[in-house]
Amino acid sequence: MTSTVIQGGRVVDQTGIRRCDVRVDDESGLITEVGEGLTGDTTLDAQRCWVAPGFVDIHAHVREPGNEQWGTIESESRAAALGGYTAIVAMPDTDPPADNASVVKEILALSRDALCEVSPAGAITVGRQGTALAPLGEMADLGVRIFTDSGHSLQDALVMRRAMEYANGISTDDGARVVIAQHPQLDALAVDGVMHEGGWSARLGLEGQLAEAEEIMIMREVALARLTGARVHIHHVTTANSVNLIRGAKANGVLITADVTPHHLLLTDAACQSYDANTKVAPPMRTDVDIQALRAGLADGTIDAIATDHAPVGVDAKELPFDQAPFGVVGLETALPVLLTSLGKPFEALLPALSWRPADIAGLRSRHGGPIEPGRCANLVVVDPSAEWTIDRTTLSGPSTNTPFDGVTVRGRIRHTIYEGQPVVIDAKAMR
Amino acid sequence: MKHLLSIANMQAEQLDEILDLTEHFAEIQQRDVKKVPALRGRTVVLAFFEDSTRTRTSFDLAARRLSADVVNFSAGSSALKKGESLRDTIETISAMGVDAIVVRHSASGVPQQVAGWTDASVINAGDGWHQHPTQALLDCYTIRSYRGSLSGLRIAICGDINHSRVARSNMDAFTKLGAEVVLVAPPTMLPSSLDGWPVKVVHDLDSILPDLDVVYTLRIQNERINQALFPSTREYRARYGLTRDRMAKMRPDALIMHPGPMNRGVEIDPEVADDPRAKVLDQVAAGVSLRMAVLFSVLGPGRFSLDGDAA
Repeated sequence: MTSTVIQGGRVVDQTGIRRCDVRVDDESGLITEVGEGLTGDTTLDAQRCWVAPGFVDIHAHVREPGNEQWGTIESESRAAALGGYTAIVAMPDTDPPADNASVVKEILALSRDALCEVSPAGAITVGRQGTALAPLGEMADLGVRIFTDSGHSLQDALVMRRAMEYANGISTDDGARVVIAQHPQLDALAVDGVMHEGGWSARLGLEGQLAEAEEIMIMREVALARLTGARVHIHHVTTANSVNLIRGAKANGVLITADVTPHHLLLTDAACQSYDANTKVAPPMRTDVDIQALRAGLADGTIDAIATDHAPVGVDAKELPFDQAPFGVVGLETALPVLLTSLGKPFEALLPALSWRPADIAGLRSRHGGPIEPGRCANLVVVDPSAEWTIDRTTLSGPSTNTPFDGVTVRGRIRHTIYEGQPVVIDAKAMR
Repeated sequence: MKHLLSIANMQAEQLDEILDLTEHFAEIQQRDVKKVPALRGRTVVLAFFEDSTRTRTSFDLAARRLSADVVNFSAGSSALKKGESLRDTIETISAMGVDAIVVRHSASGVPQQVAGWTDASVINAGDGWHQHPTQALLDCYTIRSYRGSLSGLRIAICGDINHSRVARSNMDAFTKLGAEVVLVAPPTMLPSSLDGWPVKVVHDLDSILPDLDVVYTLRIQNERINQALFPSTREYRARYGLTRDRMAKMRPDALIMHPGPMNRGVEIDPEVADDPRAKVLDQVAAGVSLRMAVLFSVLGPGRFSLDGDAA
């Protein structure tokens, strides 16, 4: 048994801010003491740093099983730990897809030695094909709390209605309700768009994806959520009107939550003018007007969580012509610094959307998201808010380095990450 | 000029320089021996990843008439078919020590990507719906040869603007050289946003026909019917085609242009295509001289000498 003391930091969680030390224990995986002048077997310096509940990403693609050349559970959990995350929800778009208990079991087994908790999401439909319901119940029995056909938007309204209704009948051992999540995109209107449809797609000669393709699908899901009373989550909202639709639904008492990615909060469709496929994401980067609305939605709680939509893609695939390259960017390692640098908000203002609110949505609150007090799980992050550094794709940890932020100088760095009482990142270096 | 990738990022002076140079090369086309040693010892690769007859032939002739060595490379028989990546293909060609790569690709942006992978000069011979800079320049040259200058001319570009690289690069070139551009198309064939395009949009061709100095019409593709962009070629011809009746309303000195290949009877009636005002073959002829000027601009010694050595 080894105890570690996080010394001299400012502790921040949902109960407030205080200056104190935190002692954790790697055997029980718990916080053992919070106070002043603590000692332990090892000490982690946290002077001039924030000590906070670890971050929770409810939308990460880990690529295992099936696309291990792009990323594995080990490599992407390391990226997560380096980014201050102590839990990620692994999307089911693996090969084979996580649409049944045996694949979920395999992912859980592969996650045993991961550097953070990897919570598998399950597919809503068999093969993510949008027609037949996947066995949601048997996956929920293994701990799956979020169901999504992630990457494929579920087009059939009747299948979506049935999924929501069926989810209402699933009880879990922790009493959490399972969530039906949707990548909002009406395929018929999105056509084969590879970027936002607007002034830039027109100039660049690239097929666009209409904002309305997202908004119409959100309208449908709001209506079905109201009908069924199911817990519904909207992945990666990108347009101003989407924010308004969700704000209105919440005001009317519909049980709906939503997230936004760091890249959609910061980058516009103008980024695509380089034809660098590291700017190609689904849904696409939109306009300045949308960014302002997304930021306002995050500030007023319309948008509950920040999720990275971390999607490792190998450099060869990203060097295909823009319209043929796969969608997606990596985001776990750079999420916090990028947000801290560009949103003009202090760390404590971003923390709820990075930690306990996503932990709530993913049913992970018993282990993640604080508060920081004795007896709680020791899943913590230590953030140096003033460290300046430059994002360099060649120093990212995973096999895929498809970041849209290469060369950007940011302020704020993850210094230490504690997962289950164990320091997995010390001074921005992964311990394994 | 190292590369020719897009008209959008060029200055009017650069366009004028190339057009002036084209006049000199056009002179050579009148000679018995149509060949000068300007690019002797230089190697030009024609990397056409999308089928093309006229543009490839035109570049091929242009390079040979400048005494460059020309290597033809077509996607159909290439290593790409064996699974080699575009980047590896380009790096392999570059490693053989070539001076210019002329790239045609069905995907927008590929020439820009290629320019990042090679030290050779890259010339865009058409990419997706994005740009076709040498087409734009040869069209400017053709107009200039009849009207002296593009300044103040009123030019209509008519057809499927959204899916046309010719529309984009010609719009850029015409407006940079001082012409007024009107896009004529059903709304389904226009980009939904024209932010920053210095153009007017008209849906009724007849309303502007008598005022036009140039009517530039684009090829209509039948597959667009399946995408609900227009109902039928019959209706397209009736509303947007250059018909005999419309030809009668055009000014006697108007120029009728088309990038080819033409769909006679759809966007242009046979009688219109064969009218003396139609300059389609002039465009093709200008293409060789213009491409000589472009190759010379990116590979030449900086100062050209038509008869002397390219030393």
